[in-house]
Amino acid sequence: MGPRRQEPHGDTVTSVDFSTTFSNAWFPTPVFTASGCASSGKELAQFFPLKDIGAVVTKSIMNKARLGRATPRMAETPSGMLNSIGLQGPGIDTFIEKDIPWLVEQKARIIVSIAGETIEEYSTLARKLRSVSGISAIEVNISCPNVENRGLVFACDPETSRKVIDGVRRTIGGELPIIAKLSPDVTDIVSIARGVVDAGADGIALINTVLGMVINLSTMRPHLGGKTGGLSGPAIRPIAVRAIYQVHAAIPNIPILGMGGVASGRDAFEMILAGASAVSVGTASFGNPMAIPYIQDELKTLLEEKGFKQMKDAIGYAHRIDEVHE
Amino acid sequence: MSTINKSAAQLRATIVGNKLVGQYHQILISVGDLVDKCKPGNFVAISVGGDSSKMILRRAFAISRVAHSNSFGGTMELIVAPHGQGSKWLCAQPEGAVIDLVAPLGSAFGIPTQPVQVLLVGGGYGSAPLFGLAEVLKDRGCKVDMLLGASTAGKIYAPMEGKRSVNSLRIYTEDGSMGIAGKVTDPIPELISDLDVAVIYSCGPMGMLAAISAITQERDVVHQCAVEEAMACGIGICMTCVLPVRDEDNSISMLRSCIDGPVMDGSNVMWDLVGKNPTVTQ
Repeated sequence: MGPRRQEPHGDTVTSVDFSTTFSNAWFPTPVFTASGCASSGKELAQFFPLKDIGAVVTKSIMNKARLGRATPRMAETPSGMLNSIGLQGPGIDTFIEKDIPWLVEQKARIIVSIAGETIEEYSTLARKLRSVSGISAIEVNISCPNVENRGLVFACDPETSRKVIDGVRRTIGGELPIIAKLSPDVTDIVSIARGVVDAGADGIALINTVLGMVINLSTMRPHLGGKTGGLSGPAIRPIAVRAIYQVHAAIPNIPILGMGGVASGRDAFEMILAGASAVSVGTASFGNPMAIPYIQDELKTLLEEKGFKQMKDAIGYAHRIDEVHE
Repeated sequence: MSTINKSAAQLRATIVGNKLVGQYHQILISVGDLVDKCKPGNFVAISVGGDSSKMILRRAFAISRVAHSNSFGGTMELIVAPHGQGSKWLCAQPEGAVIDLVAPLGSAFGIPTQPVQVLLVGGGYGSAPLFGLAEVLKDRGCKVDMLLGASTAGKIYAPMEGKRSVNSLRIYTEDGSMGIAGKVTDPIPELISDLDVAVIYSCGPMGMLAAISAITQERDVVHQCAVEEAMACGIGICMTCVLPVRDEDNSISMLRSCIDGPVMDGSNVMWDLVGKNPTVTQ
């Protein structure tokens, strides 16, 4: 096992109430994995117990098994990376049969991320998950191409975004919280967020990766097999903080799962101040398998140092400046 | 607990040696008891560029060999070509520098239970892990012959001490600047029948591994190859380093070269599909 950092302030640190909620789902800490950055969970479990973090957000699962895109699938960029995986995965049936029971066994809180190519596929996935026990919430990844509408990404269109969430909400009933994951590649993220909340989303995940490209100077062609890829890592963090701030300002009562380049406790704290109720850590785990427990410890220390008795008091704290100036 | 990378640990380790060997850096790292868990074929993932680095991803290096030394305890040796920004940074680290590493990662070369004839084939600095492997195979009683190849003499990595563990060592360069002029794969068909080779172990460029797989396909020889594909994490979570591999039922899986590899059965890798869009569904 890797070295575990000492609690810097001993008992005083643990006195911060670190818990968070998304609708009726409770989590002991506000630091989660990010979808697509923890595989099945088994890979990270070698480095820390999954029950020690807030939640495991699974890779986005589709109805059928997918092989994904051609390699190369990644390119490192300054303070970031592009990926082009193409949602490789086993399909929902195998996932429910094999991956979920293992995560339940680990006593991890589970948020299942789902992705579809049609509005109907999202509803099908919701139907299959409805009766599965041990799931805390569903993340609906709508940053996928809509095969029924010229491959236009669902999340880039307010109407299709709304329809996907509406379909999932109707299928799943009122029990399981739905978190809609939005793309930053839109003109007005607030209007998309309002749409999915009206359609029944209990929370918003901000942000998915930012579309990018790298040209290979040897081949003088796009480097990635899929040509374009999703940019992640610290390079996109300010975009995420902005999106979280804007959506929280517009819809303050809707919990936000913040993500995009979180690599330290400081980054997690920044997103919470902007309005996130929890943060997901993705690319940072690629560079450091212990990133999530480290970030969690650092965040705890920061909250303590800033005098917050509970994490929830820090959510959206950056917005108080607006009130003063009004 | 997980069964993946169950021996892996993250640690801060000190570089205790860094010397130039031809065009490559031979880097020695003090890693303590971790050496007991490292097997030939395993790799190490190292953070590069320091704490404020814009390089956010670890770099993966094959562990060329491990040893217990009197001065530094357990040591791990890497052979690094200073090609990219990350490897250049590592090669510039002086003795005494502390680096952050995760090891041992990935699959290891399978060692035969019987003392059979084996052939080791290395391309460029891909030969590095083969010398450690040769020692293990020799201890098992195997007869070990080795072929090393590169485009030119400067790219051959063949340390003097490495030659002790092999029965014979032949070097091939494409420009004829060292050893025999030609490709390292040229003599393999003949050697397989002449020596009655049971297992070929290979490490080097993907083209070389594919060529060896094509040769072994028609013959009764096992081919264990250490593959190389760009990876972001090295621990199985990023899904970028995948290769198309044929399953038992003849369907295709995209397997991660970091945890299902780097050592794979060359006869199962679908070399023609590497870098192509795998349209067949599972």
